Amino acid sequence: MTADQWIALAAGIVGGALRVGAPFLFVSLGECLTEKSGRINLGLEGVLVLSAMAAFGGAYLTGSAWLGVLIGAVAGAALALLHGLLCSLDRVNDVATGIALMLLGTGLAFYLGKPLIQPQAPQIPAIPLGFWSDDAVVRSALQLNALVPIGVALAVLLWWGFARTRAGLLVRMAGDSAQATRALGYSVSGLRIAATTAGGFIAGLGGASLTLFYPGSWNEGISSGQGLIAVALVIFARWSPLRCVGAAFLFGGAGAIGPALQSIGMGWGYHLFNTVPYVLTLAILVLTCKPGSAAVGSPGELSSTRS
Amino acid sequence: MRHALKEFALPVFAIAAALLLFGVLVAFAGIDPVEVWATLFKGAFGDWFSWQNTLQRAAPLMLTALCVALPARAGLIVIGGEGALVLGGLASAALAHAVPLPGNVVGTAAVCMAGALAGALWIVLAGWLRQYRGINETISSLLLAYIAIGIFKHLVEGPLRDPASLNKPSTHALNDGLLIGGIGGSDVHWGFVIGVLACLALGWWLRATASGFSVRVVGGNPRTAQLVGLPATRLILGACGLGGACAGLAGAVEVAAVHTNANASLIAGYGYAGILVSFIARHNPVAIVPVAILFGGFGAAGSLLQRRLGLPDASVLVLQGIAFVLILASEGLRMADWNALRARVPRGGEFGAGRAAPKANAAEAAQ
Repeated sequence: MTADQWIALAAGIVGGALRVGAPFLFVSLGECLTEKSGRINLGLEGVLVLSAMAAFGGAYLTGSAWLGVLIGAVAGAALALLHGLLCSLDRVNDVATGIALMLLGTGLAFYLGKPLIQPQAPQIPAIPLGFWSDDAVVRSALQLNALVPIGVALAVLLWWGFARTRAGLLVRMAGDSAQATRALGYSVSGLRIAATTAGGFIAGLGGASLTLFYPGSWNEGISSGQGLIAVALVIFARWSPLRCVGAAFLFGGAGAIGPALQSIGMGWGYHLFNTVPYVLTLAILVLTCKPGSAAVGSPGELSSTRS
Repeated sequence: MRHALKEFALPVFAIAAALLLFGVLVAFAGIDPVEVWATLFKGAFGDWFSWQNTLQRAAPLMLTALCVALPARAGLIVIGGEGALVLGGLASAALAHAVPLPGNVVGTAAVCMAGALAGALWIVLAGWLRQYRGINETISSLLLAYIAIGIFKHLVEGPLRDPASLNKPSTHALNDGLLIGGIGGSDVHWGFVIGVLACLALGWWLRATASGFSVRVVGGNPRTAQLVGLPATRLILGACGLGGACAGLAGAVEVAAVHTNANASLIAGYGYAGILVSFIARHNPVAIVPVAILFGGFGAAGSLLQRRLGLPDASVLVLQGIAFVLILASEGLRMADWNALRARVPRGGEFGAGRAAPKANAAEAAQ
């Protein structure tokens, strides 16, 4: 490989980390909020796909990328609200409901999004980070999605909120001890529904950054499990919004290896390199999970980490 | 008996309600719902042609549903059947190409065994990760499914590709003698019979054998299982292996009866639809048979909906999603006497663990 290729590869991976990592960032923040309240939402995969479609459709119809972002987030919140409501029913299990909403969200997105495969929608503006280089490849690789700074700010806000605000404390209490929450006179279901819906709204921003930034189009293979990776990401980030940021960009970088290699003409093993994020997720789970004990930092009421 | 009727009536009502909601949705698209329902029925069960199509699709659904049902009875929610299916199909095609097999039933059986073995290993891996590393099997099995699909595409487009397959990368085709044919000259292949037999055999196994009963105890109440000294880990891995073998077999059957080689058409979502089938059948292998036929029918009707009424091919996915949500909701809206019965059954530890087994316990208590 020549020096130019190395630079292009590095820029591709770094740029990809920022680009591919953006949806991971939002979905993992959403899942983090949901899980802090003691509920798991596997349906975030469905939320991501549906909001990606809704954001693209919204931007296409209204002609404004930011209105599209809002529509995507609201669609995500709506599907997550359904999850929250269903899970509050007696004997309805949150994992099964999550799987159901994954199917429903994907189905609805494919169904409603059929006419959106061809058109072009307005895009979220890009913040150029490659200004220091004359190389066009580097410049185009380092275009930053304008939603990313919002996501980082949101992570800080969530971290501060969990630690310092009454609402954050209530969410954490619902997640750590349902009994204590009830004893203080708060509704556990109500808190969890609110946290799940807000989580869906945040994940919806991730959906918007999937279709309204690079590659910037709607198609049916747009997500392929990124919502689920986020569930594992939250475990890796040990339920800390700040650590979610780092984790999301790490996974973004892993996801960018395949396309970056292909862009410099390395075609071999394209599909294998595309599995790197999933392999990395599993490897991280192997390293961070311990048999027979809950993960460090895990909310006490969270069913997926109890054994 | 009255309870058995209720167990049956709830999913039926939920599916009816799902059809109703689906009708409302298509009405928004300006299509007459009555026509949609009629087309659904016609495409699924309207004539012999539709029936053949339906039963052909029911075969892999039964097998992938078993991949959810068996681990579920042992207390695990495994949703990565799609991965076991594609690797099963790949293994069967690879074996048929690499080893000169006799072109008769023995050869076909060997092809099927290869698929079952590959699928079993894949799902056992998810069970192993959960038992020995404490990794949630729902997440790991799905991650493994994406990894399996990556490996599948890599091998089919690379090392295992038949150079003659130009536009659609495929493995070498199976010899004619190894293929699974239709029953009595129809389009319904013997894979349907294999699926039904697998459901019946595994239903019998869970119900009538000591090991099957132990699996249910482990899934229903881990603490009891521990107290009576059941080898929980071995039973759980066994249930995962059997389930994975079924999904892998589904892949082998699809290769040997439908596609004649392994190619991307194998990634058709049977693994995900199987999750739904198993949940509706309440993880009961025998109940999987009729539910799989119903959903095979929905799948078969999908293309007719597309051709006749111009609905997107994802319509069936929407219908499945609505049905799944409503069935879960109906579970929560059950009659009060059921609440009372169930309240006495201690809940299982891990999420979802208690779902199948308390049902069995409640049914026993009702008798």
